[in-house]
Amino acid sequence: MFFENIPLACGSGGRLTCELIKEVFQSSFSNKFLNELEDAAVIDMPGSKIAFTTDSYVVNPLFFPGGDIGKIAVCGTVNDLSVKGAVPVAISCGFIIEEGLPLKILKEVVSSMKKAAAEANVKIVTGDTKVVERLKADKLFINTSGIGVVKKGIDVSQKRIKPGDLIIINGDLASHGIAVLNARNNLGIKGDIKSDCAPLNGLISYSIIPNGPSCMRDVTRGGLGMVLNEAASSCGYSIEIDENALPVSKPVKSACDMLGIDPLYAANEGKVAVFASEKNALKILSSMRKHKYGKRASIIGRVLPEKKAKVWLKTSIGAKRMVAMPEGEQLPRIC
Amino acid sequence: MTKAANYFEEKYWKDGSLAEKMLAELNSLAGSLGRKVNIMEVCGTHTMSIAASGIRNVLPDEINLISGPGCPVCVTSSGDIDRVLKLAELKKGGLIITTFGDMVKVPGSRKRTLNDVKISGSDIRVVYSPLDALKLASDKPGKEVVFIGVGFETTAPLIAATVKEAHSNKIKNFCVAPLFKLVPPALRYLLDTGIAKIDAFILPGHVSTVIGYKKYFFLADEYAVPGTIVGFEPIDILNGISIIIKQIKYNDPKLRVEYSRAVSADGNLTAVKLMEEVYGTYDAQWRAIGPIKDSGYIFSKKYEDFDAFNRFCVAPVETEEPKGCLCGKVLLGLAKPPACHHFGKSCTPQHAVGPCMVSAEGACAAWYKYGIEK
Repeated sequence: MFFENIPLACGSGGRLTCELIKEVFQSSFSNKFLNELEDAAVIDMPGSKIAFTTDSYVVNPLFFPGGDIGKIAVCGTVNDLSVKGAVPVAISCGFIIEEGLPLKILKEVVSSMKKAAAEANVKIVTGDTKVVERLKADKLFINTSGIGVVKKGIDVSQKRIKPGDLIIINGDLASHGIAVLNARNNLGIKGDIKSDCAPLNGLISYSIIPNGPSCMRDVTRGGLGMVLNEAASSCGYSIEIDENALPVSKPVKSACDMLGIDPLYAANEGKVAVFASEKNALKILSSMRKHKYGKRASIIGRVLPEKKAKVWLKTSIGAKRMVAMPEGEQLPRIC
Repeated sequence: MTKAANYFEEKYWKDGSLAEKMLAELNSLAGSLGRKVNIMEVCGTHTMSIAASGIRNVLPDEINLISGPGCPVCVTSSGDIDRVLKLAELKKGGLIITTFGDMVKVPGSRKRTLNDVKISGSDIRVVYSPLDALKLASDKPGKEVVFIGVGFETTAPLIAATVKEAHSNKIKNFCVAPLFKLVPPALRYLLDTGIAKIDAFILPGHVSTVIGYKKYFFLADEYAVPGTIVGFEPIDILNGISIIIKQIKYNDPKLRVEYSRAVSADGNLTAVKLMEEVYGTYDAQWRAIGPIKDSGYIFSKKYEDFDAFNRFCVAPVETEEPKGCLCGKVLLGLAKPPACHHFGKSCTPQHAVGPCMVSAEGACAAWYKYGIEK
């Protein structure tokens, strides 16, 4: 690694995050479950398979259009379990609170968690609270872990991705990233820009799982660009996506153009990328479009027979270029 | 000068079948030239747009697109980066350095970046507007807030407005490190020295919006070099290239404005007036080039107290470019990024040797990120 002290970019979900995980955590904790490096680990238990995941949430601001830190803390963990084919059962929550946080804010966050958990039909069964001195944390950090049950016969993983598989995304990209950026920096960008934060377990269990996906990935930090690169490097095949097919809402697209941010790398909180054989993909697509979180689902690309593990984009003018793994945080351009 | 009445409504910006037609026409035009044509773009946003749309991969071999000194961070000399780092290390904790994001990752002559200085404890903050920096100064009267003023004629007016506001509101704890660069003097330098063989320019859209297209008449009038001001969509760029190739074929060099949805003859008069009030020109240092006559802005007499380098007595620094780094040649259009032996090996966006790999608008970053090979 090129750094001695942890740079902020290590938390951005891009190449640096990946390196930190591999070189510090995976090298120490290495085991067959962890080494899959997917959204949740699936562990064989006597008589069943259990999916297990954890995630910490450090969002600034705590509240933004379309969601808040509590909603994300529940949805994020529910989605990590769901994309591994699990039915989420229970989640834990750990709060790290900065001294002086108004109780009203904590109550609002908790109420939002309650609502999200009810929608996702999961129970928050255990928790922990720590309060740290002023300035030792930024208002409120939340960690949630979750367990889910994977029914017999369900096996979705990046290793199962095959050439010819189509790739589906359940709707518009980048809205969470832009909504938070807009709120955090008071950019004042008008228009309908709201986080897509949502629990996807309903969509996944009703529309996707019954139709036989090869793999599903929760598309969050680092965006679709990161997820596709991870998938390509795990399965070994290259992936081609079509720029014209990528769904991005008009206000988000305009904001991205203005700020110089690539929607392929911007964060989402309610998006699943589905890989499936052509036949299954068509069934999945039509079923997803009937669900409220899949109305704008579309096929965005396919897995190629090429064994280079690259991600290619067919551009609007018919040219081809690479989609690299994101390097770090995306910063708005200067001019 | 002819002004195009063309099909540049939004619906055409990414039209694949229109692109196909334009490329077919370009292929036959370029084939009839019988030689290679070097077209330089001098705007980082064009550099990224060209790379992201994959235009190079579909253009005929006769058309060679080269990137010029159009990335504001990249053209900042390493001596100026060292001055910024010196500022950032002054009075640790007492000074707040505010900057646009790209600058935090650019290495100075000793490979240190603002990010490194931040990790070691200096207060460095990325802002989205100089007005945010000014607000910070008025919110924290006990601290000195410095804004790193990097950019071309696009960012200079906003910073001028900010400084004017600080002046009229008597906000004394705010100042700016003036590192602004101007585009037309750099073009003139490139043509005067003949250092790179340039047949035509794709001229910057944003800068032209501010300064107006009249400022480029000298290209055709004095140097017989075609130039097109175009927007940033792939179709805009293809159209610009097509116009240039026709002008070369028929030996009819002109300035063409194909971005009339944003660019006027005299530009944004409010911005121009503001810059005239707040700044004066000087011979700015450009990376790997050295000083170019009247190519930078510093503060005018009335606003000279806002110059951070003067306020904190940080003198210009003489430095050398990083060893083996071709950023200088890349900026002048003399080398393409893969010609550098650091490229993609010891120089990546995570750990850059030169600024062209760091900046989101740098040519090396564009080639690396989009996997360009030719």
